[in-house]
Amino acid sequence: MFNHLLLDIDASTIDWSRAQFALTAIYHWLFVPLTLGLAVIMGIMETCYYRTKDEFWKQTAKFWQKLFGINFAMGVATGIILEFEFGTNWSNYSWFVGDIFGAPLAVEGIVAFFMESTFVAVMYFGWKKVSPGFHLASTWLTGLGATISAWWILVANAWMQYPVGCEFNPDTMRNEMVSFAEVALSPFAVSKFCHTVTSAWIIGAVFCVGVCCWYLLKKRETKMALESMKIGAAVGLAAALLTGVTGHKSGMDVAEVQPMKLAAMEALYDGGTEQGLKIVEGIEIPYGLSLMATNDPHGFVPGINDILNGYTTADGKTEISVDEKIERGKKAIAALSGYRAAKFASSDDGSIAAAHLKVLKENMPYFGYGYIKDKNAMIPPVAINFWAFRVMVGMGCLFILFFAVVLAGAYQFPKALWKKRDITALPAWHYWVAIALIPLAYIASESGWLVAEFGRQPWTIQDMLPTWASVSDIQSSSIIITFFLFLILFTTMLAVEINIMLNQIKKGPQL
Amino acid sequence: MNKKGFLYRAFDLYYDGFRHMSLGRTLWTVILIKLFIIFAILKVFFFSDFLKQKAPDNEAGYVATELIDRAQ
Repeated sequence: MFNHLLLDIDASTIDWSRAQFALTAIYHWLFVPLTLGLAVIMGIMETCYYRTKDEFWKQTAKFWQKLFGINFAMGVATGIILEFEFGTNWSNYSWFVGDIFGAPLAVEGIVAFFMESTFVAVMYFGWKKVSPGFHLASTWLTGLGATISAWWILVANAWMQYPVGCEFNPDTMRNEMVSFAEVALSPFAVSKFCHTVTSAWIIGAVFCVGVCCWYLLKKRETKMALESMKIGAAVGLAAALLTGVTGHKSGMDVAEVQPMKLAAMEALYDGGTEQGLKIVEGIEIPYGLSLMATNDPHGFVPGINDILNGYTTADGKTEISVDEKIERGKKAIAALSGYRAAKFASSDDGSIAAAHLKVLKENMPYFGYGYIKDKNAMIPPVAINFWAFRVMVGMGCLFILFFAVVLAGAYQFPKALWKKRDITALPAWHYWVAIALIPLAYIASESGWLVAEFGRQPWTIQDMLPTWASVSDIQSSSIIITFFLFLILFTTMLAVEINIMLNQIKKGPQL
Repeated sequence: MNKKGFLYRAFDLYYDGFRHMSLGRTLWTVILIKLFIIFAILKVFFFSDFLKQKAPDNEAGYVATELIDRAQ
């Protein structure tokens, strides 16, 4: 993975830039999903207060809003650093993507600032200042604002995985947006958003149930813990089931536009029809992969070797080999060079430039392949993708079971099973298991990102630009310094958050 | 000032809210320290705009040269 680290200056610049971006994104993603998940849970709790006017629900909602606020404060602005990194470490990429990437990020910044700064203030300061209905709306709109922010960020990320709605302009060297709707409503973005947000709700729910179990372990705040647990488990079960459904749609999208990622996720070297889904190497669910990728148990799924050598699908669609793509990529880059030389030469009447432009447009879908020297560089890290995918899916299945059991216990359903057991007075290890699931939920979520981002290697923009063409020509030493600065900064912030959070949990709600 | 007016009530919401913060004071302190580190230290000393420094008047030309040369 980081095989070039510290070996020579150019290669280490690429690896350190990637490592720094990964570090920043991973830390940022520790805060975001809890914000999205707790937003739903605290919204439901305040809705209970609005409907019942019971002071218990008001204090319960306030307690969870306090934990939401701590996480929100720690996470705010950590994503800005990613934008700094684009301008410094990834300048070729930043210029090349043009406003396609900038537009969603700008919308995100504006929406996030106005929605969140307005409604967060009403949520925390407005209990005695605004009507209960307006306060409830503000609480839900705070969550909606955070979710809309996630939408625009994921639109930007989805475009890198599946670039649509754009046209390359060789004069400005930028991709220009030709359809905002195509970019904003790309099917890949929709699937990614649904899968990511529903998985974030799981983290909020696991956190909620885990905190409740801590209270039950300490035999305090029992009513609040039980009622919160019911909401947390219900949200969690719904989210875990939805994550499965949205994950299936995401899998189909990946199979269609990033088949190499899917092949790496499955360590599938030689594909075909009726492919089984590996649980681990040697044990598989018959037809599972074909079903996951194509919605058809007999569907064709290409393997790594098929993609490298070219293949024909069952419906007769031919995908050319990587060698042919490399040739076409080289033609595109040569045509770009020729076009720019002719454009700035006084001797050309426009015909030479026009001829180069025609060749460039014909081969532009393969532009990025022109940078590939060895076709094996097209294979993403298989082991990481294979295991990260299994951790994500395995934990997802575990959470479905976990939330179902918690919900059944909280509602004593079925009565026959639970009549001699009280979920508020179980042996301690039950509660410890629930608490231990909190970090595992984060591991599952981060594993999802590993699959998404390692699986698309070597591309920063799918088929258009590999990492080594995207990175700036800078010394790796400056990146190494900021890498460790970030490590210290983020770890400190995380420690501060955990400390403040634990103190507030120990204090408990003001019931 | 009209105390029932929208502007007064909006001002009062923030003013009163900030004045009576308890945990919020700690969180705002953390946010301000973080923003200072991000914008006054990291952005100024470590994250300059690479293209603006390298080719302030011809960013497209610089990127074109880079992307063409790296394919060689």
